[in-house]
Amino acid sequence: MANAAADHAHGHDSHADHPTGWRRWVMSTNHKDIGTMYLIFAIVAGLVGGFLSIMMRLELQEPGLQYFSNPQTYNVFVTGHGLIMVFFVVMPAVIGGYGNWFVPLMIGAPDMAFPRMNNISFWLLPAALSLLLISLFVEGAPGSNGFGGGWTVYPPLSVAGHPGPALDFGILSLHLAGASSILGAINFITTILNMRAPGMTMHKMPLFAWALLVTAFLLLLSLPVLAGAITMLLTDRNFGTSFFDPTNGGDPILYQHLFWFFGHPEVYIMILPGFGIVSHIISTFSKKPIFGYLGMAYAMVAIGAVGFIVWAHHMYTAGLSLNTQRYFVFATMVIAVPTGVKIFSWIATMWGGSIRFSAAMHWAVGFIFLFTVGGVTGVVLSNAGLDRNLHNTYYVVAHFHYVLSLGAVFSIFAAWYYWFPKMFGRIIPEWIGKLHFWVAFVGANVLFFPMHFTGLAGMPRHYVDYPEAFAGWNKISSFGSYIFAFSLLIFFFGIYKAFSSSARAANSPWGEGATTLEWTLTSPPPYHQFETLPHISGGDH
Amino acid sequence: MAKPSPIAAPFSVRLTLYACVAGIVLMVGAVYAAVPLYRLFCKVTGYGGTTQVASADSNVILDRKVTIRLDSNVSNGLNWKFRPEVPTVSVRIGETATVFFHVENHGTTDTSGVATYNVQPDLAGSYFDKLQCFCFSDLKLKAGESLDVPVVFFVDPAIMKEHDLENLNEITLSYTFFPAKAAKSPVAELTGQTKPQL
Repeated sequence: MANAAADHAHGHDSHADHPTGWRRWVMSTNHKDIGTMYLIFAIVAGLVGGFLSIMMRLELQEPGLQYFSNPQTYNVFVTGHGLIMVFFVVMPAVIGGYGNWFVPLMIGAPDMAFPRMNNISFWLLPAALSLLLISLFVEGAPGSNGFGGGWTVYPPLSVAGHPGPALDFGILSLHLAGASSILGAINFITTILNMRAPGMTMHKMPLFAWALLVTAFLLLLSLPVLAGAITMLLTDRNFGTSFFDPTNGGDPILYQHLFWFFGHPEVYIMILPGFGIVSHIISTFSKKPIFGYLGMAYAMVAIGAVGFIVWAHHMYTAGLSLNTQRYFVFATMVIAVPTGVKIFSWIATMWGGSIRFSAAMHWAVGFIFLFTVGGVTGVVLSNAGLDRNLHNTYYVVAHFHYVLSLGAVFSIFAAWYYWFPKMFGRIIPEWIGKLHFWVAFVGANVLFFPMHFTGLAGMPRHYVDYPEAFAGWNKISSFGSYIFAFSLLIFFFGIYKAFSSSARAANSPWGEGATTLEWTLTSPPPYHQFETLPHISGGDH
Repeated sequence: MAKPSPIAAPFSVRLTLYACVAGIVLMVGAVYAAVPLYRLFCKVTGYGGTTQVASADSNVILDRKVTIRLDSNVSNGLNWKFRPEVPTVSVRIGETATVFFHVENHGTTDTSGVATYNVQPDLAGSYFDKLQCFCFSDLKLKAGESLDVPVVFFVDPAIMKEHDLENLNEITLSYTFFPAKAAKSPVAELTGQTKPQL
């Protein structure tokens, strides 16, 4: 593999430019082209996942059955929405998209360490998404299509309850998506540890690169656990094993432990790159270096490490002993400390800064606010006693959408408006980014905030129908989702404006606050950058 | 190469790659190791209400009494009737007791069943000692056959030291009969039986 990288570097000399046409993309080994493909992939998958969620909100707008004649189909939509948003939207966007684009640029590397492996990482994803989409259209539970057991795929429902092949397609899809991410993680770790420009020590490395490094380690250690657990499910379903089948001495609770050993780091995998992105945007538009750089970097390391030992807070109702619950409550609450370090450091960065409220800054500040709301409800839920009441209610749905849909997704849009001029050399008018923000901000809050109320009132998730008593807030939630969906039209209008206009972006359009290496290059950067490596001077932070 | 290679020393790159691959292999191995380890963990700690197997009666019998509530279930796919002789028994802690369950095959074919079991609250699992149980092996019933099967157990007096069980006055002993599978599981192969030992 290292030889492949060296060969590729050698190739720079023999080919003046780059392949053109379809070869440039399908056979791409260029981190920027692959990053662009990841971003396009995430947008396309996001439309599919968004469609599924709008169907859910249409159905829940009124009590009773409106659009789904078979309630199981609704659960299939819920499951599909979750899996697509996690594996095919957020992860490809923040890791594959922005990670590929900007980690090499920020650390002063000419490309990723294993460019061909990078190509495989990307092209596994369309195959994985295809398998997941196929799974929606083949039989799962008797008499209905698709798998409806939620993204956690708990047995025994996933083994005994869905005899059709739908879940087998789903499991194979996750295998491919997992392989893609694991290869990507190896690539990021190797690149960041070995290919930093001369003088760029770990303690001078931009926080986005730190975020991707921690994320890559989380991927490397957690995804094999998911792969193993779902392989056990696959053999339980098809080959007569009984890892999770109590009939033959298996234990379904073991699956929950394995799943959440992966699942909890997974939520940090989705949010850590966002932490990196937001740090750069806040610093750039406050014209100040980030407050407490080392604290910020090691807070991410701490979040990643502690993230591996809190998994059973997803399982308080699964029959854990009181002492086990006490431990997991405590460990979970500990995560609020490094997270608090990050939130307060962002605020301290803005404090006394020369703040410019650009579109990207709107999204970044919005991220901090909404992520904090989700973080606070997370601390509430970490109490085993309260969780007994709130488990599987809409309160939980509100919590994880505040940190993911309003956290991770807002960081994706923040990065979009921050790096778009750099990536494509074109300009999205600032007013479009700001309008997009305000419509999305209002829409997302109208959508998700009422879920706190319905959840506290006891409305369970994963149901197509609900009692009359929950009707009011559900209607408001549904209206919020339409507003959020409308904001996407503004997003696409911004892209249209950028590419239809003749305006071209400056090399460093955000001015002196933007200090990382990508802004020293042209916009868009040359196909091969840093043929002469930049030298980084100055002391560590 | 005319220009110095922009790639860092290939050895360090390769080393990182190998370390990453080793990490992945280690984690996949850990997942599969988790299956027997989890079983062992439950057995040793009584986690999840896993009961214990004892070979001799308790030598201490306390005055304090505890009610044992008996719960019986039959899963889908097994046309059996299964109920305890009495719904509850009251035993002194440390005292050996025998309870009978009545099991009857309502089906028209011979079938084998296997019972899973645990106790609630979970914490009591490590203090619930079985001397003899029908659940230790598969049970085969001819069509229409019925049987009274025993469980011999005592509650370990050490339970008095468990802080969280101070106010315990009732333990539920639960069984669920599943159709016995012909196929062997890799889990079971580890113990050399088609059934877990406990």
